[in-house]
This record gives sequence, structure tokens and C-alpha cells, in this order.
Amino acid sequence: MPPEAQGNMMSGAEMIIRALKEQGVDTIFGYPGGAVLPIYDALFKQNHIRHILVRQEGGAVHAAEGYARSTGKPGVVLVTSGPGATNAVTGLVDALMDSIPIICITGQVPTHLIGSDAFQEADTVGITRPATKHNYLVKNVADVGRVMHEAFYVATNGRPGPVVIDMPKDIQVETGPYTGSPKTKHRSYLPQVKGDINAIRQAVELIASAKRPVFYTGGGVINSGPNASQLLREFVRMTGFPITTTLMGLGSYPASDPQWLGMLGMHGTYEANLAMHDCDVMINIGARFDDRITGRLNAFSPDSRKIHVDIDRSSINKNVHVDVAIVGDAGHVLEDMIKVWKAGVHRPDKQALADWWKQIDQWRGKDCLKYEPSTDVIMPQYALQRLHALTRHLKPYITTEVGQHQMWAAQFIGFDEPNHWMTSGGLGTMGYGLPAAVGVQIAHPNALVIDVAGEASTMMNIQEFSTAVQHDAPIKVFILNNEYMGMVRQWQQISYEGRYSHSYSDSLPDFVKLAEAMHGVGLRCTKPDEVDGVIEEMMAIKRPVIVDCQVAKLENCFPMVPSGAAHNEILLNAKDAGLERADDLALV
Amino acid sequence: MRPQLPIERHTMAVLVDNEAGVLARVIGLFSGRGYNIESLTVAEVNHAEGLSRITVVTRGTPPVIEQIKAQLERLIPVHKVSDLTVEGPAVERELALVKVAATGDPRVESLRLADAFRARVLDTTTDSFTFEITGSSEKIDAFVELMKPLGLVDVSRTGVVAIKRGAGAM
Repeated sequence: MPPEAQGNMMSGAEMIIRALKEQGVDTIFGYPGGAVLPIYDALFKQNHIRHILVRQEGGAVHAAEGYARSTGKPGVVLVTSGPGATNAVTGLVDALMDSIPIICITGQVPTHLIGSDAFQEADTVGITRPATKHNYLVKNVADVGRVMHEAFYVATNGRPGPVVIDMPKDIQVETGPYTGSPKTKHRSYLPQVKGDINAIRQAVELIASAKRPVFYTGGGVINSGPNASQLLREFVRMTGFPITTTLMGLGSYPASDPQWLGMLGMHGTYEANLAMHDCDVMINIGARFDDRITGRLNAFSPDSRKIHVDIDRSSINKNVHVDVAIVGDAGHVLEDMIKVWKAGVHRPDKQALADWWKQIDQWRGKDCLKYEPSTDVIMPQYALQRLHALTRHLKPYITTEVGQHQMWAAQFIGFDEPNHWMTSGGLGTMGYGLPAAVGVQIAHPNALVIDVAGEASTMMNIQEFSTAVQHDAPIKVFILNNEYMGMVRQWQQISYEGRYSHSYSDSLPDFVKLAEAMHGVGLRCTKPDEVDGVIEEMMAIKRPVIVDCQVAKLENCFPMVPSGAAHNEILLNAKDAGLERADDLALV
Repeated sequence: MRPQLPIERHTMAVLVDNEAGVLARVIGLFSGRGYNIESLTVAEVNHAEGLSRITVVTRGTPPVIEQIKAQLERLIPVHKVSDLTVEGPAVERELALVKVAATGDPRVESLRLADAFRARVLDTTTDSFTFEITGSSEKIDAFVELMKPLGLVDVSRTGVVAIKRGAGAM
């Protein structure tokens, strides 16, 4: 052993803590168990890293996702072997689909017991191989430090994603030399961040020649960091082009800006979807032509030439063939695009652009998000409009669960800054929002953090409300309670002749009492004129709150591009969908 | 509707870190994304640097082939992917062990055919031959086909290995 290594002798568990410290980790989310006791013991003996004890391992990963997405730093998770690891899997896939950097350390049975069906043994690297960007099983204590640092490198470079490190218990206990440093890279994984300058020139030329252009941007801009959002704003304003963003991209361009057309896709705005359909040049930056965006592929934006900027080579030409592909980081590519634009003689066709905006304004005139207001029942859209109006000055962090409320939140809450919107986009994980809100609140203790929720999703990870209470995370769970799995019910109404098969949320708890039973605060509103008061009361309480906002039960979320339809086959309201107005006033 | 795209056969060479689970990653990628594996071989090729080379023969439309290459390149332990069919020309070889159990005329005939195919006798008993044959997959297919009526009892094939023609490395 080289003499310098001797001073670096420590246990595997100590190496883990040291590597976390060296990586600047201040918080980890976890749940102890037999196979991680040595790491928990090392954690006990130090004061640098705060451990947030969750109530179920799935909650730990979602909390780490919320932490990561609101800070731009990787989220760290520590769970035990077997069920600890398997419970984490949903969160890992969620992070994989939404490109969120997560380091998940899982305990494993001692190496000599691996493969013997030992107590709480699971083939964690086997199970999580397709659930992660990369994973490791550490079989030698001398590898622990290097693997830890390499895992951070892999999770945060290129397209971010979750990395699992499976640590057998004997490796945590054994002593060995500490290796690696925050400068550790991976020897073969060296993602390209600078875009090819010739492709960028070609793209800028195409952009300048456009008559009906549209920017279509996604989560890649946010993942690139706040600078990329700034550059996007700069470039979009320079060109005067319209811009739409995906669900994952909300906040990368200010919602309050007149050039923004709103979100696109299945529940996107009329103007955004029609601009995508009719454009002649599409500039995709950091989005991936997801099926919820494109609708029917062979009818997707049929007459446009397409530019695609993505850090992941495999996203190019995966679903949609593009004319100019640029592999690189959104921020770097935007910077180069702006340089080329400024240096060149490229100026957009002002007349054509004016005509295009005239067309867009006509679409905007449809006022596609309008809904029928009510003075008797709380319309969910109204509740969110009020929530936005009353909280926007505080720049709240919003997480969501999955379903109608999620789409309404995307439609009705405007985001002017990146990293303030946390939602499960790719995997669509019900139960994401509550633990994610805990993670966000831990990272931003003084901020207003609201989980816009449905009652069914809330029940999926309600146990994490206890986590919020324990760790003084004053999250606000704002439930739009319509007593249905609303999106399921909506599809059943539209596509299954109203056969509401198992989509009613029966036997719901009394959410106010539930909040109180868990040592939080419960509030309720049932009439439109109570909404403002309850929101204000909620904001004033410095403890975790559940708001049971009882809304119209059968309201549907529009606009809607039905699955398998084209953008210009968008349904604007219940009548378009072949439904009578979902008039449930009598049912309340 | 999009015109029907042709299905193409491509041979790819994939240079990977020789570490536990790397083959599972490659195979999992193919099964998870619904790609087709016609043949797959793997062995360490550079012990000093711990590198293995996987040769995979796959079929798909051109966009699918492009995706397969991009997806392989995205795996963390993958150093390099060469689509030898595109980057070609390349040579491909496969080795097979073919066992024929026969006596009398069929036994003699199998030996004569083996000679014509330049297959080598690797093992023999009074009522069997095991031949070693090297060549293109088509040549091996043809040889195996001819052995069937002569008492073919067992076949073991390596799958395709391939390398670029000329002086260049992958």
C-alpha cells in the first residue's frame, strides 16, 4: 500500500459520508434498515449532513427529486436492501423519465450471502438496471470512494438521471483506502455539451428564413441551469417569435410574456397546438417529441422543417424525423445561436411574422381555457386562478400529483422563473407531489411550497405528511377534491360511454381531521366565496396544511387533443367532445 | 401513411468496459425497447485496459437501426459503437461445432461433405463425428442443413464476429 493511502484508511460507511461531504451534499432523504446500519451509524457521528427520515422509501426518492429540481443540485437517497430498494424503484423510473439527477444508495446483504435468497435480499442492480441511468454493485471497499464520486459525475453530466449504488453490508464495515475525488470522471462517459457549430449556423439560417416559426422548448432548458433560461429569453425576444413550452419546460420562459403561447400538447392551449401544426419552422430546444406532445405522429406539424437541440443523441429522430439536429447542452447551444444570430445578417421576415402573429392572435381569441363559472360550486379552474393570484407575489414553488388537477395547474398557474414547478411528467406518478413538496421545502425552508393535489393522488403518499410535520416543513397540500380519479373518469366519460369503472374515490378520509390527526392543520372550503379566505389562512400558517377544496365533481379538463388525434383536431369543450356540459351542480 | 420502410440487417461492434452486468445492460436494452437480436457474441479483447467487444447482429428499419446505435452509445460503460454494415466493408465469420451420429454410408457422406466445406474433424467415435466449421453464417446454415438427413444430433454456434477490412481499427 502506498504511504499516502494509509492516512486515508477508513470504513466503507465512512467513505460514503466523506464522499457526500466532498460533493457538497447537505441533505439526504432516507429510511434505515438492517443492511444500512453501518452507514446510519456513520451518519449519527457527524453533523455536516442532515438526514430527512421519510415514511416510505418511495417518498424519499420523490423528496430528493423535489430537492433536485428546485435547487439544480443532485438529490441523495439512502435506503436499505430488499424492500427498501424495491420501494424506491418507482421514484427512480420517475427521475429517469424526467431527467433528474439522483444518487440512491441502497444497502445490500453481505457479499458472501448474495445469491442465497438471504433475508431482505433482492437483486437490486438487476431490478434497477432499466430504472436508472447507471448502477453499481460495490464488491471491494477500495472502490467505494471512486464509485461514489463517479456516480455523482454520471448523474449530473449529460442528460441527468438517477444512479443507484448498491452497498453490501460487509463493504460498509470493512476498512480500506479512500479513493476518488469530486474531480473523478467516468472513463468512457464523456457527453458532448457544445453543439456542432456548422449545424448551429444551419439552424440559425433556417430560423431567419422562417415565415411561421415557433419555439418548442422543454425540460432540457431547465436542466441546463438558470443561465439557459436567460439565454432562451434573450434569443426568443431577439427573434420576436412565438414560443410554447412543454409541461417539463414551464418557467423556462415567463408565462406572463406576450410571446408565450402557453403549454402545448394533450391539454395545451389551442394557440400553442395550432401554431405547432401550422408552423413552417419548429425550433425544439430540450424537448423530446413525447407522444403527449405530438399527438398522432403522421399528422404532427406536417409542413414544417424542424430543428432539434438535445443533449441526448438518442432523442434525435426517435419519434419525429428532424432536418437539423444539434447534440449539445441547451445553454451552450443557445449561447452559440445568439452569437451566430448577432454576427450574421439574418433578420426575420417582418411582414410574414406579423401575419403569423395575426393568425395566432385569432386563435388566442378563442380563449381556450375559459370555463363556465359558478357561484354555487367551486370550479377547480377558479380555485387555481385564485391560488395563483393570491400567492404569485411570493414566487411559490408548486408541485403536483398526477391527473386533472395537474393539467389545470399547468394551465392556470403562470411560472415566470425556472425551478419553481415540479411535476411528474414522463412517468405520471400519482403520489409524487406531496413528498416532492417536502423535498422542496427542506431545500427552501422559508419559501411557500404548495402541492396542488387531487384527493386520489394524495392518498397514495399521504404518509409523507408526517415527514413534513417531523421536519418542520410547512408544505401546503391544496387538494382539489372532486371525489373522483378525475382524469380516469374524464376518459371513461369521453371514450367509454360514461362507464365509471372504479374511478370513484370511495371512503375518503375527512382531510381536515386527517391533517389534525397527523399534527398538521386542516382547512376546508366548499363554496366559491370561501376560497380566498382559505388560501389566505393557509398562507398565514407556518405549519404543514392540508386544504380540502371541494370542487365541482364532474368538470372536465379542456382543451384536449385526444390520444391518437392531430393537433388541429383539438377539442375545446364538452360539446366538442360530444358530451353534454358536465353539469354536476345538482349532484353537489 | 408513411411508406413501408425496408428491414435491414446490421452488424454492430460495441466496445465496452469488461465489468459485471455490462452484457445484461446491452441485452436489456434490446429486450426493453423491442429490438431484435439475431446473434450476439462477447469476449474480452484488451485485458490491460479491461475492454470487451460485443458483436451484435440485428434487424430493423433504418430509423430503428439509428436508434439502436444511439441507445447503445448512451450506455455508460460503452466506449464506442461501430455499425460495420454502414462503415464497412467488413468481414464476418462464425464458428460452429456440428455433431453427426451415423454409421455406414451416411457417415462416409458426412465426412466427404465436411471436406468440401473445409470443416475439420474435431472428435470422432466409431459412430459419430464432431466437425468444426468456420465461415459466413450462410455457409454454416448450408452445412447444417446438409448434415440433417445424415444423422445430425447437435449444433453449437458462436454467433458472428466481425471486423473492418483494411488497416483501420473501430
